[in-house]
Amino acid sequence: MKNDDQPSLSARRAFLAKLGGAATCAGAAVGAAALGVMPSVAAKTEPAADGASFPTKDYDWTKHQWGFGVDATKCIGCLRCVEACKAENDVPRNAHQFRTWVERYVHLEGGDQVHIDSQQDPVNIEASGSETTFRFANRYKDAKVYKAFFVPKLCNHCTHPSCVQVCPTGATFRTEDGVVLVDETYCIGCRYCVQACPYGARFFNEEKHVADKCTWCYHRITKGLQPACVEVCPVGARIFGDQKDKQSPISLFIRNNRVQVLKAEMGNAPNVYYVGIDKEVN
Amino acid sequence: METVLHFAPYTGWVYPNETIIEWSVLIAVYPYLTGLVAGAFTVSSLYQVFGFERLRPVAHLALLTSLSFMIFVPTPLLLHLGHPERAFNSTITPHLTSAMAMFGFFASFYVALLILEGWFAYRPYIVEQAQKRSDLLGRVYRVMTLGSYDVSEHAMRIDRKWIFALAVIGIPAAHGLHGYVGFMYGSLKSREWWSSDLMPVIFLFSAIISGVSLLAVLYVASCKLRKLAVDLACLKGLAYTIWAFIMVALVLEGLEFANMVYKGREGIDMIMQYVTGPLLVPYFILQFAIGAITPFLWLSYMIWRGTTGKALVVGVTVCACLVLFSVFMMRWNVVIGGQEISKTGKGLLSYHLPFWGKEGALMAIVLTLAPLALLFGLTRLFPPWAEHATHAHG
Ligand code: SF4
Ligand code: SF4
Repeated sequence: MKNDDQPSLSARRAFLAKLGGAATCAGAAVGAAALGVMPSVAAKTEPAADGASFPTKDYDWTKHQWGFGVDATKCIGCLRCVEACKAENDVPRNAHQFRTWVERYVHLEGGDQVHIDSQQDPVNIEASGSETTFRFANRYKDAKVYKAFFVPKLCNHCTHPSCVQVCPTGATFRTEDGVVLVDETYCIGCRYCVQACPYGARFFNEEKHVADKCTWCYHRITKGLQPACVEVCPVGARIFGDQKDKQSPISLFIRNNRVQVLKAEMGNAPNVYYVGIDKEVN
Repeated sequence: METVLHFAPYTGWVYPNETIIEWSVLIAVYPYLTGLVAGAFTVSSLYQVFGFERLRPVAHLALLTSLSFMIFVPTPLLLHLGHPERAFNSTITPHLTSAMAMFGFFASFYVALLILEGWFAYRPYIVEQAQKRSDLLGRVYRVMTLGSYDVSEHAMRIDRKWIFALAVIGIPAAHGLHGYVGFMYGSLKSREWWSSDLMPVIFLFSAIISGVSLLAVLYVASCKLRKLAVDLACLKGLAYTIWAFIMVALVLEGLEFANMVYKGREGIDMIMQYVTGPLLVPYFILQFAIGAITPFLWLSYMIWRGTTGKALVVGVTVCACLVLFSVFMMRWNVVIGGQEISKTGKGLLSYHLPFWGKEGALMAIVLTLAPLALLFGLTRLFPPWAEHATHAHG
């Protein structure tokens, strides 16, 4: 099934039409592609070349292949990325649902167990004093810390996304430029994708009644901007760019480091590459 | 609009987004209902196709039961959708790699099949009523004849062939439908608790025992209501069927669990902590000890001793109720249990079942009982008692 990650064309087409009034040329292919027989052809029948593509004019999604890097050795757990993401993408303002989050791993001296928490942990919420601003509580101040680090997390925009595979309507799909999106005008809110994602990257948006997750700020990257989290990170722990451009930050990041991906055994082939994570991180 | 989030308390490490448990009790009710459909249909086909004569008194009750429950199968799903008005999106543009996308097609096909088989089975009765009655109901029956009043021996022979053929097609359809429900969970690799190749088969066998048990209970209840003696041979037939399939169901579930423990992949520590902690009562005690092993031993005892009379009726009815309960617990333990074990393999969550609300306990109970109300209505229109309907063999 892995080679059938293309969404059903008709659903995607409806999405494009709504957003940009594009792609009438794909009509003839709808019948065949909706049966899933010609996904690769289908993808070619709707290039963004007519200049009215989603979501930005003059953006050609065949010319890019986006990728994301996380340098966990740099992250200081300031959580600006989390707040920026919530603001930029209108993510529900509660302490349970995130498009991106940061995990803290702490080994205490003499202990053989790793303590893991994230900004949503009640102790951290109490420390921040609100469910809309986030910080990590200084909860280990009386203990001797042996080893500790932070790991930013987000949707992996998998090459073989489980969420796309299970979506019954094609509302969630993978774009030509390698971004996994949800068409919130088409999603029926069954939450099968939420269950299927091995990484906990998805949640159910109770305001819109649809599945929600990171888009790598698709509305920004198609205009040549960086995702909001990358832009605000004060230490450069988040790296973003075009994998087709060999000089882009992400290409250099992958080239100059030994990178790894999360839960490689799932076969999802993530496109978020990590440096500096430990064996417990999954 | 203010949205209230019910977040789940947890221990250990869970992904932040997991703290809201997305599949509620309704998603446990859904496979429960499809299971009853498949199980009840099994009884009808054991008689119609395989010629288990002693099941004759329940054969048509089985068909009507299957239909009544099948009509309600989509309701828990619809109630759960964020956008129920878009439900047909999955039928208009089915995404073919999704296990869920084909549901609408399978379900409609199966409902059509049940209605058709029911029509053939009840044709003589419909014709008789259409000719006898002059009231409004008579008119309804006249419409239902679809203009065919021929109940000659020749016509009945053709009808019987149809019933046989539909029952034959119905077996893979009913079991396919339910096995496929098992696949919906078993095919997800994100959770160790679900991701099992045995899942569809386990679902299937538990479905069969639940459907047969339901029929045993309904049959005994109908005899009491109609003040008739229970046909003990028939009840024994049902008891044998439950007994045989319960054994397979138990072995399969045991194997699945053993496999998971023996392979001991990442996250098994959490699973062990879960099954010996929060799941101890719902899983080992309610689902297995009380719901499956007790009826199994009791049925074995009755079969061994040749128990008959009132003791048999009471014994089988109680066992059947226990099995019905056990299978519901199995659905619960799969659907809710799966979500209580974090995808991180390092934490546990706990689901809180609200009583009120669209996805509360009350709704789950109503949805499980509603098909019985429909069944009651249907038995008025189409009495399933053997003397009225057509049978595949003479
Ligand atoms: S991380 Fe999850 S939500 Fe993101 S593409 Fe992969 S499977 Fe889908
Ligand atoms: S919730 Fe929406 S995006 Fe997710 S599987 Fe269902 S229809 Fe697809």
